[in-house]
Amino acid sequence: MNDIWQGLAQALRLVLGLDADLIEISGLSLQVSLGATLIASVIGLPLGAWLAINRFRARRVVIAVLNALMGLPPVVVGLFVYVLLSRSGPFGVLGLLFTPTAMVIAQVIIITPIIASIAHQAIRDLWADYHDLLISLNTSRAQRIRTLLWDGRRALMTASLAGFGRAIGEVGAIMIVGGNIDHVTRVLTTAIALETGKGEFGLALALGFVLISLAVLVNLAVHFLSRTERSGRW
Amino acid sequence: MVGSILPLALEDITLRRAGKVILGPLSWVLDGAGITVVMGPNGSGKTSFLRAMHGLERVNAGRIAWAAPLEAVRARQAFVFQTPILMRRSVVDCIAYPLRLDGVARKTARARAAEAAAKVGLGAMLEQPAQVLSGGEKQKLALARALVRGPELLFLDEPCANLDGRATREIEAILRDAREGGTRIVMSTHDHGQARRLADDILFLYNGRLVETGPKAVLLETPTTPEMTAFINGELLP
Repeated sequence: MNDIWQGLAQALRLVLGLDADLIEISGLSLQVSLGATLIASVIGLPLGAWLAINRFRARRVVIAVLNALMGLPPVVVGLFVYVLLSRSGPFGVLGLLFTPTAMVIAQVIIITPIIASIAHQAIRDLWADYHDLLISLNTSRAQRIRTLLWDGRRALMTASLAGFGRAIGEVGAIMIVGGNIDHVTRVLTTAIALETGKGEFGLALALGFVLISLAVLVNLAVHFLSRTERSGRW
Repeated sequence: MVGSILPLALEDITLRRAGKVILGPLSWVLDGAGITVVMGPNGSGKTSFLRAMHGLERVNAGRIAWAAPLEAVRARQAFVFQTPILMRRSVVDCIAYPLRLDGVARKTARARAAEAAAKVGLGAMLEQPAQVLSGGEKQKLALARALVRGPELLFLDEPCANLDGRATREIEAILRDAREGGTRIVMSTHDHGQARRLADDILFLYNGRLVETGPKAVLLETPTTPEMTAFINGELLP
């Protein structure tokens, strides 16, 4: 229990003292996770909507696979991306291994199924409500997807935030493809793992509190900007 | 410029669901002006009949022939559902939605939607979420949305079901205005009184079959079939 209080006090000291290392790794954490969330949302949200309104032979299989991929083990994803980006791999020539870009790629693979699955569920329910109206108004497929994405934007924001939550707390994959290199690829989660390994529990806990605070702040900011509670009945 | 989408000819159409015939075989021609009221007991096929004409149900047999190409037909007809389908938008944005689909600029679409809202008595609620309106207001919103494109043909499926007398009177006034404006209306109702107040023609369905059709005055006063006679007299049909 003492470690926790010490960690909290150290976290406050680091934050109030504007510790340069803390700011750097927090900034990189946000940069990587928000970047991955943005890319995964661009892929996952329309994919979820498309799956919700289209009927094709393998639809159920695709949805089942997508749902299963929500539980992708990050370490396996990290290993997979590592092999692809390593010098002897097919994309080795790009020189991306041990860069923030590689970390973004791994996180995109991990969180896209989460965002797409939650989006699919939300859009499927909305499509059931809107189906007759949108058919009656003679909408094109693209118009339907745009309408459902717009009117379901609050549920879809939740999908993106769930993806962000998974990304910002992820450690296994980015440790493998980023390498936890100081001042290059070190982020909050990998720093926590490192400090814990060194027995620096106070610092590890301090970083943990900062990580949780960042995640909460991002969620609050998104909810505030999108005014979810003020027009909650929509 | 494409001419009128009417007449609409239904030629021996049949609609089946789960192997059971729920409508037809049925032939009918929709033409002219005014309001045609589709009557019949529950399960007689009124909703399926309207949905088939509008294109929401695909008929299993027979032919639905319009006087214009299908694209023009789809753009110039509208449907109002028994339970209004409301979007998660403000009143004005719900009404503007069909115009936005047509590529009308947002500002213009909202201005036209505001006019349409005012015509149905929703002018003071433009920015309210559609979902929080009362039952009568929701149906008025659905009507405004259906009318905002100026459709040549409007289908309504029991638009006043579950509404009180005041809301019903307001909806009927909107429908009369639309008729005066040249919109051809086909609507279903259970309500004999509403049929008397609004109909120019009546079409009576029973067990998915077209039993009797004709001008209101003739059909309501001198029905020729036992089913229509029983229905008009308020008897329960088997």
